[in-house]
Amino acid sequence: MSLSNEQVENIAHLARLGVNEQDLDTYAVNLSRILEFVEALGTVDTSAVEPLAHPIDMVQRLRPDEVTESDQRALFQSVAPSVEGGLYLVPRVIE
Amino acid sequence: MSVHDKTVSELAAGLAAGDYSSEELTRACLQRIREQGSALNAFITVTEEQALDAARVADQQRAAGRAGPLTGVPVAHKDIFCTRGVRTSCGSRMLDNFVSPYDAHVVERLNAAGMVSLGKTNMDEFAMGSSNETSYYGPVKNPWDTRAVPGGSSGGSAAAVAARLVPAATGTDTGGSIRQPAALCGITGLKPTYGRVSRYGMIAFASSLDQAGPMARTAEDCALLLEAMAGFDRRDSTCVDQPVPRYGEALNRDLDGLTIGLPKEYFGEGLDADVARVVDAAIEEYRKLGVAFREISLKNTALAVPAYYVIAPAECSSNLSRFDGVRFGYRCENPRDLEDLYKRSRGEAFGAEVKRRILVGTYALSAGYYDAYYLKAQKVRRLIRDDFLAAFNQVDLILGPTSPTVAFNLGERADDPVSMYLSDVYTIAVNLAGLPGISHPAGFAHGRPVGVQLIGAHFDEARLLNAVHRYQQVTDWHTRAPEAFA
Repeated sequence: MSLSNEQVENIAHLARLGVNEQDLDTYAVNLSRILEFVEALGTVDTSAVEPLAHPIDMVQRLRPDEVTESDQRALFQSVAPSVEGGLYLVPRVIE
Repeated sequence: MSVHDKTVSELAAGLAAGDYSSEELTRACLQRIREQGSALNAFITVTEEQALDAARVADQQRAAGRAGPLTGVPVAHKDIFCTRGVRTSCGSRMLDNFVSPYDAHVVERLNAAGMVSLGKTNMDEFAMGSSNETSYYGPVKNPWDTRAVPGGSSGGSAAAVAARLVPAATGTDTGGSIRQPAALCGITGLKPTYGRVSRYGMIAFASSLDQAGPMARTAEDCALLLEAMAGFDRRDSTCVDQPVPRYGEALNRDLDGLTIGLPKEYFGEGLDADVARVVDAAIEEYRKLGVAFREISLKNTALAVPAYYVIAPAECSSNLSRFDGVRFGYRCENPRDLEDLYKRSRGEAFGAEVKRRILVGTYALSAGYYDAYYLKAQKVRRLIRDDFLAAFNQVDLILGPTSPTVAFNLGERADDPVSMYLSDVYTIAVNLAGLPGISHPAGFAHGRPVGVQLIGAHFDEARLLNAVHRYQQVTDWHTRAPEAFA
């Protein structure tokens, strides 16, 4: 499995991850190498095997639908890059 | 006052006997971090004032007759654990400005036990790395040889304990990040069973694998710390609601009748011959303690690292999507629009290894590739877990090397991600199966420490700690200090 620079750019776009033009070659080589490495998974027959998402057999716990948190907006927004009037500020998204 | 060479339990005894106060002890540790620690780069943040405040509170608790076994003993936290009012960077530029508004569960528990936090230890960025070289704050040096890496990702914690800067530290382990640095720095580190310790406030990397655990010089100390760290917490939905055993009480049990399996796949190609000799010598010691050994097979071992490098990046790409430059963490200058804000904030603040893993994970989860990569890896994961479950029908514990080599030199593997990944070939399967594992020092090869790993059945931490404690009573590898830090 070998990835082209265009494929790397597309994956980076899906991940909303800025990648420098001059680094694309290195990423393409490294990612291809990692994908070649994980191709070893194909050597074992898993047609009758169920996927395992979590190592311990556990079920999702349920809890009563009750309010347990107090309002800590000011505290949590104290670490935000840009807030105003309790709102997070981002560049304009609607023209 | 020479307290730096004492273990947690020795310090606890000294505090209880009134040989020194927690404030004196804390001052001594802080001074040692300043004077001897700077060469290692083991800490990202040292919290002198908070530490001295906590030490004085601990001394008051003791004076009031309310001291527990850990009251007043210093500890350091890997910088992946959120600490209220203290920068929590996760080794990344992304969180260089992040002062956590709350404490992680583990931090709360150790604070409640009266431990005195000295600060936050260096680590691979977002715990992604096996050498500590991916940290935004620069690599940590191995106290045994400063040309060598300390291992990773909990390399700062391991180096700090090995250099006697602090008697114990917290770590996290997603594919070996407690056990491999413990081995490479010559200390004892325990990765508990998946779900044993709450991950609330522990910055997520790969959520089906991550687990927190103690790093210290001895199994006895790890038992003390685990007892304080473990326990049910409803804020982590994967945390199990099972009573926490009194690990300390099981330490001295006789090992007669214990059967340990030696997986033949852990002693084959890729294992350094001198490391193998050290492991063989450890096996002989355990035999003298009454342990019976038998060969077992974990036949899908070779597939563990490939499965991990699909599952861990996939989960990382999902977990790290929260770092968007909007609610906390780094934001780029003058974003043109929202997409530019996301892309440049993430592009500028994540390092190369984190980006690689986000890209691999995004690819593995993308339309058309999900079945071939992610689902396939999860199926192989079941085979790997089932190998262990079958083995534990025949044996009580499993033993092997923690890492195939001793600590390698800084820069040696930095350009080759796959060779770096293979450093965790014996530890990764344990995370895929959710099992507890411990690494303890067992000797030296090429002048650098060698660790032996014991793996237990789910929730059998007590037996792991018991076996290692008995070994440490008849050997002295765990007492060896690097010459420059003796």
